[in-house]
Amino acid sequence: MAIVFKKPESLTDNPFHYCPGCTHGIVHRLIAEVMDELNIRQDTIGVAPVGCAVFAYDYFNCDMQEAAHGRAPAVATGIKRVHPDKVVFTYQGDGDLASIGAAEIVHAANRGEKITTIFINNAIYGMTGGQMAPTTLLGQVTVTSPYGRQAETEGYPIRMSEMLATLAGVAYIERVSVHDIKHINQAKKAIRKAFEYQIAGKGFTMVEVLSTCPTNWGMTPVESLEWVKDRMIPYYPLGVKKEAE
Amino acid sequence: MSKVLMKGNEAIAEAAIQAGCRYFFGYPITPQNEIPAYMAKRLPMVGGCFLQAESEVAAINMVYGAAGAGARVMTSSSSPGISLKQEGISYIAGAELPCLIVNIVRGGPGLGGIQPAQSDYFQAVKGGGHGDYHLIVLAPSTIQEMVDLVQEGFDIADQYRNPVMILGDGMLGQMMEPVEFKERKPRQLPPKDWATTGWKGDRPRAVINSLFIDPQVLEEHVQRIYKKYEAIKANETKVECYNCEDAEIIVSAYGTTARIVRSVIELAAKEGIKVGLIRPITLWPFPADTFSSWVERDHVKAFLTVEMSMGQMVEDVTLSVGGRKPSYFYGRTGGMVPNPFDILDEIKKIRGGNR
Repeated sequence: MAIVFKKPESLTDNPFHYCPGCTHGIVHRLIAEVMDELNIRQDTIGVAPVGCAVFAYDYFNCDMQEAAHGRAPAVATGIKRVHPDKVVFTYQGDGDLASIGAAEIVHAANRGEKITTIFINNAIYGMTGGQMAPTTLLGQVTVTSPYGRQAETEGYPIRMSEMLATLAGVAYIERVSVHDIKHINQAKKAIRKAFEYQIAGKGFTMVEVLSTCPTNWGMTPVESLEWVKDRMIPYYPLGVKKEAE
Repeated sequence: MSKVLMKGNEAIAEAAIQAGCRYFFGYPITPQNEIPAYMAKRLPMVGGCFLQAESEVAAINMVYGAAGAGARVMTSSSSPGISLKQEGISYIAGAELPCLIVNIVRGGPGLGGIQPAQSDYFQAVKGGGHGDYHLIVLAPSTIQEMVDLVQEGFDIADQYRNPVMILGDGMLGQMMEPVEFKERKPRQLPPKDWATTGWKGDRPRAVINSLFIDPQVLEEHVQRIYKKYEAIKANETKVECYNCEDAEIIVSAYGTTARIVRSVIELAAKEGIKVGLIRPITLWPFPADTFSSWVERDHVKAFLTVEMSMGQMVEDVTLSVGGRKPSYFYGRTGGMVPNPFDILDEIKKIRGGNR
């Protein structure tokens, strides 16, 4: 009997620890499928973040390094400079990339480091228990913005993809979502293109993935997917932000 | 090979290249700027990579990545910059990655000054970053020794999978001396089969990591690292004893200060005062046993530690002396360098019972 669906080789057998309805698992799988399809698993070195995806080194079936909070682009830079022939990716959340690691991502992008960053934006800190992130929407209630995020005191949700797309070193940035099948398919295409551009040596590549956090949003998984569609996408428009020739 | 006249900072850089270091990540700060400048020029000539990072924080994390990828890699900075690197240093120690970190110390705290100091001793030997760990800290007192220890330091780091720090100061970094880049007998080093080089399935999957969420596993991890430290203490402790036979007063000093103490020994001899020097070359591991071996001698009346700080190494000296003889301290700080005559005065005060 033909096998029509199986776990990608680029994922280990370790069970994910993610909450029900969290989309980290989907994005992990998409990356792994792309690694399988491009046949790069043996040549890929991944960098895991601090945050909910801190154990990503247990899940991706390739050589991995665990970075300090926000420093994954610097760690990836060190790896890529030593092994320019390998494929290097970082997997980072919004607190990691847009807050504590803002300098590292800006300068890795600006140097045109030939790495791929998968940026999970779920508008909240997940692992530490639902604190306000730089990407938290105005009015959104978190444990550290209990009255809703206010622009006057907490500033505005930051659009990292648009900001980084202004940098000359960037080869490709696209924002995608994983709230339904159609968008999941589009997300996979974007991830594949980012890896292909890296392999072609075009420069820095990033895919921002709008994701869910049912646990800290206080919603059911289905409500969370609706919230991505109805609340996040209007503020964080999907699409290609930059694509080099 | 014949001797060449070189500035300390440039000698460090050349020694690193000759030791096979091909990757340097750093950020500008005085008084160590000649190291990155030299690396920026020389590394591309030998197929290496120099990268000026956006911050010291980024630089040390680039070192983490490159070391984890199996490269011989270094960074250099000076006191405020080394403070910024402490996060990464703790992760590097936790993930057991070999690398060389150079601190050309300047006066502190805060922005402090840019003149030579030894006030980062505690930070270097007692931790600096969070958690249970040690750096191996090497303290050269001449530029020749700096060259030798840089080359040795890379091997020590690789042998034990532990970061090594060269603790210099602004004086050693900026002065010029003749140096020789000697042919070295390299150590037998273990293969870096743990490095992330791309996994073909011919070894276990490489994971560079310092996270152990199960406390029992973390305790075992730290205990295993501390077993390694016992081997380092046994094999790598280095110290120089000078003129200690018959010495009434043994002065303890490292780096630049030890050079000044040599002059003091000559001055004292002219006045018939017998002074010796114990010069720790490894600050961690600290040569405590050497102090113990001299402390019981009848001719030794007291110990005096001299530092360019308000007194940091003196705590380790006093611990090693263990109350068996008096242990005194004299120091200048903030970038001020002790004067040999002032040190001699201190020695006379100790002899005369005026301390």
